[in-house]
Amino acid sequence: MNGQTATTADTAAAHTAAAHTPAADMAASVRESRRQLIRDGAAIASYALPVGLVYGLLTLQAHFSLADVVVTCTVVLAGGAQFAAAGMVKDNAPWLAIAGVTLLVNARHLIYSASIAPYTTKRPWRERAVMAHFLTDETFALSLAHFRRIGRFDGRGYWLAAASIFIPWTVGGALGYLVGGAVDTTRLGLDVAFPAAMAGLSLGMVSGRRDVAAALGAVAVAVPVGLIGGPSVGLVAGAVIGPFVGLAVPAGPGAARPPAQDPLATIDATERAAKEGLP
Amino acid sequence: MSGVTLGLIPLAGLMWLCTYPSRALPMLAPGIERLPNWAVAYLRLAGPAALAALAAVNCLLSTDQPAGQLPHLVLGIVPAAVAVCVVIVARTKLLFPGVAAAVVAVAVARAFGLA
Repeated sequence: MNGQTATTADTAAAHTAAAHTPAADMAASVRESRRQLIRDGAAIASYALPVGLVYGLLTLQAHFSLADVVVTCTVVLAGGAQFAAAGMVKDNAPWLAIAGVTLLVNARHLIYSASIAPYTTKRPWRERAVMAHFLTDETFALSLAHFRRIGRFDGRGYWLAAASIFIPWTVGGALGYLVGGAVDTTRLGLDVAFPAAMAGLSLGMVSGRRDVAAALGAVAVAVPVGLIGGPSVGLVAGAVIGPFVGLAVPAGPGAARPPAQDPLATIDATERAAKEGLP
Repeated sequence: MSGVTLGLIPLAGLMWLCTYPSRALPMLAPGIERLPNWAVAYLRLAGPAALAALAAVNCLLSTDQPAGQLPHLVLGIVPAAVAVCVVIVARTKLLFPGVAAAVVAVAVARAFGLA
């Protein structure tokens, strides 16, 4: 009897120990981070749909077809550039000018891609090529925050982030085109959703005084340069110069975990998650 | 509606050509993991900087000026609502309540003719 009790106790202890292995802790960490990602992604989707509606309305005024709207949302998938292009099409601007504006507005993705790249180096080339197509502001913000929380790459997390913007943005664009002018988005205050979400996401990525300095530096550069050269030029200038302001500030005790601790290892979280019973 | 045409789909392709390389090149370029430490530190700071710049440009600069004219500074309910969002996100660590509060604040202000 005593022996049986001891065996049962040993088994329970072994189970308890197993439940607290580094792998189990990591699985729990990934699970919790994905929940956070889904919550934040829902917030993104909740504004992407109405902003997509606004885009759809604008394309209607610019004489797009429904196919144009859906294909543009799917192929370009870049809200700022799409808004700019729709306005330029409405004004009969030459396509070359639209291409130039698109290039400038979307140049910031170079920085996003380079920020994500250290986490994806071990992924297959084709997967990275497909991932890159979906690398929007929102996908970048959500997935990088997720990778930083768990300290490594997570394919499932990336696609959750991408879906949270791609689906509502495309559906919203099509709906906006179809429902026409039935919704007064300005009266409903929906025009503030995009900058508010960007500010909130930026804040969510701040984890030390350098991040704060970089964000404030970017704002301090973007606004005056935007007044002189236009919003797109201001945006790129702020995004490029802001990090230098951050680098000029000594890293404090609250600084984020250095990337050398893990991201370059690029563990396949999806495979690990499947083995460990994650959703 | 203008009916189903494919008139602007080539433009979408052109815009993709102007967008995809900046999204893909750093992810597909070999040796990105051998970046020097300062470059990695820079890229880590690029996220909050780019998003903050995006927010600032979209709430502090006008967007309704005619083509060819420069924007002007906008100080009104929209930047105030974005500030409210930032405070709420800082306190709750959740994005949605902040965005919702900003939208409601702007809608209420406009309903009462305050903006």
